[in-house]
Amino acid sequence: MIEPVKHLSKNYGLDRSWTLEVYEKTRGHQGIRKALAMEPAKIVDEMKAANIRGRGGAGFPMGLKWSFMRPHPTKPAYLVVNADEGEPGTHKDRTIMEQDPHLLLEGCMIGMYAIGAHACYIYVRDELHLSKKRLWDAIHELRAKGYLGKKPFGLKDWELQIYVHTGAGAYICGEETSLLNSLEGRRGEPRLKPPFPAQVGAFGCPTTVNNVESIAAAPIALTMGGADFSKMSLLHEIGDGGCRLYGVNGHVEKGLVVELPCGPTINELIAMAGGVSKGRKVKGVIPGGSSTPVLLPTEKFHMPDEKSPLHKYHGMSVFDVPMGVDTMRIAGTMLGTCCLTVIAEGTCMVRVAQNLARFYKHESCGQCTPCREGTGWIDRIFEKIESGHGDLGELNEVSDIASSIIGNTICAFGDGAAGPMLGFVRKFRNEFEQHIKEKRCPSKGSIL
Amino acid sequence: MPSNARPFEPTPELVREIEDIQSRYPNKMAACIPVLHACQGQHGWCAPEVIDFVSRLLDLPTAHVTGVVTFYTLFNQKPVGKHQVWVCRTLPCALRGGEDLLHHCEKRLGIHQGETTPDGQVTLRSAECLASCGTAPMMQVDKDYHEDLTKERIDEILSSLGAKLK
Repeated sequence: MIEPVKHLSKNYGLDRSWTLEVYEKTRGHQGIRKALAMEPAKIVDEMKAANIRGRGGAGFPMGLKWSFMRPHPTKPAYLVVNADEGEPGTHKDRTIMEQDPHLLLEGCMIGMYAIGAHACYIYVRDELHLSKKRLWDAIHELRAKGYLGKKPFGLKDWELQIYVHTGAGAYICGEETSLLNSLEGRRGEPRLKPPFPAQVGAFGCPTTVNNVESIAAAPIALTMGGADFSKMSLLHEIGDGGCRLYGVNGHVEKGLVVELPCGPTINELIAMAGGVSKGRKVKGVIPGGSSTPVLLPTEKFHMPDEKSPLHKYHGMSVFDVPMGVDTMRIAGTMLGTCCLTVIAEGTCMVRVAQNLARFYKHESCGQCTPCREGTGWIDRIFEKIESGHGDLGELNEVSDIASSIIGNTICAFGDGAAGPMLGFVRKFRNEFEQHIKEKRCPSKGSIL
Repeated sequence: MPSNARPFEPTPELVREIEDIQSRYPNKMAACIPVLHACQGQHGWCAPEVIDFVSRLLDLPTAHVTGVVTFYTLFNQKPVGKHQVWVCRTLPCALRGGEDLLHHCEKRLGIHQGETTPDGQVTLRSAECLASCGTAPMMQVDKDYHEDLTKERIDEILSSLGAKLK
């Protein structure tokens, strides 16, 4: 059984864990002090060795992302932290900002120095008032001590400034280019790529955008040494390193956020949350936020290639395979933010699907026609089926609509909205058809 | 701005707050969202005179500021109650009773979601995921999160806002 670790969450639960006083006693800014004595390129190398796969959902290696930054002859560089946590089922970044904001800020300082930036914006969704307050309070503490400013820690003439920027309630602003537009004071509509943010990002300048948890891992990885950090993971061999925060929510006895080496299984996480609520069996699990297609306990991991390091999991239940960026991709879904939403037997999957379809309809920014029209169309079809007024032709249309969204939009929102809808229809087709045949919801709309 | 509307007048505190906000960014436009938040904090909603004020302050076309206000859920496009109650109804909360709690709030306050109580105390709205899924069901009241909710706890919270419960 995989055991919890205490690196990111070391200070969670300590009295006044969010203050500089506690942080200096427990962590002491070892990471940034070490960083300021290093060449920036060496820090990037350490991050590459740490194998930190982006913790916001896409799983892109953070060290590699940092290495894309090149000094521009006239323009400054920026670090932007994506703290727009809002993917349904995701509740982990908030714990870092509320419980240990100084860890995130130390990560920002290391990140800025490594990519050649003097300014960092932490884009926090506006609803997280406690996170914003704790971050601003922490920034003021650092400024007062001279840790942030012209000569951080009195060690290096490299000015570092951090600001908290707020959104105003838009899920799409978690998409990095949309976030940059929002930071610049515009509507949060995604930008076409290329150019990528490393070339043209915030205010037209080279920019790196990283998730809160990715950046918060930087001081830990640098203090420990990148390679040693990576080796904590059960999936270190396939380049998915370190430890990270896992969450469990939905139909479990006790929802939780727990720090583990990368690679717990879905069954292990459900057990840590006290099992499925009311002693029921599990019907499906959304592994990492609503944009990741649902997995069933009967699904098998398929990796017949004997040369693959993942072949050892071939034929096992996907619920017993270590959860990593690559293992979940092979399982036909995504690791996403690795916060599980557990759905128990007896739940109406049409209603589950419709709940999320409505979410995507509400949050589509409306810029691309396939996504704007398609998300609303799928929502209407699911609503009709759930209320007993749907027909088979419409159910078949869902596949066509979803297919015409996927790959045809500016950003990944479209894929993230359509992929899971296809998953629900394919994996629970009988249940959808039963609604249509019986002209009612066979489980009376049960979702609890 | 309608010709009969009085211009928006920021309080001295708000003027200082706006100056502080503007000092954080390399250009004027970037202050648009935080300044709108600050002005909405004083005025209660993003009225045409607020939009007019922000566009003059930041040298932005009124259409730009209006575009920003209409894009984001948290900018109020009409007056709202003294307190904002947002009940999350997205899947992780729904699996733990979030939709029932929203209906409970509607019943107790005697209004539908999106409406304000006749005494102007409470505006009730449904929210999409507020990143509190592990402690679902939850709702946000003004700046505070209330988690692991029950109907009894909701009644207490709504009463504390000065709302007359039905």
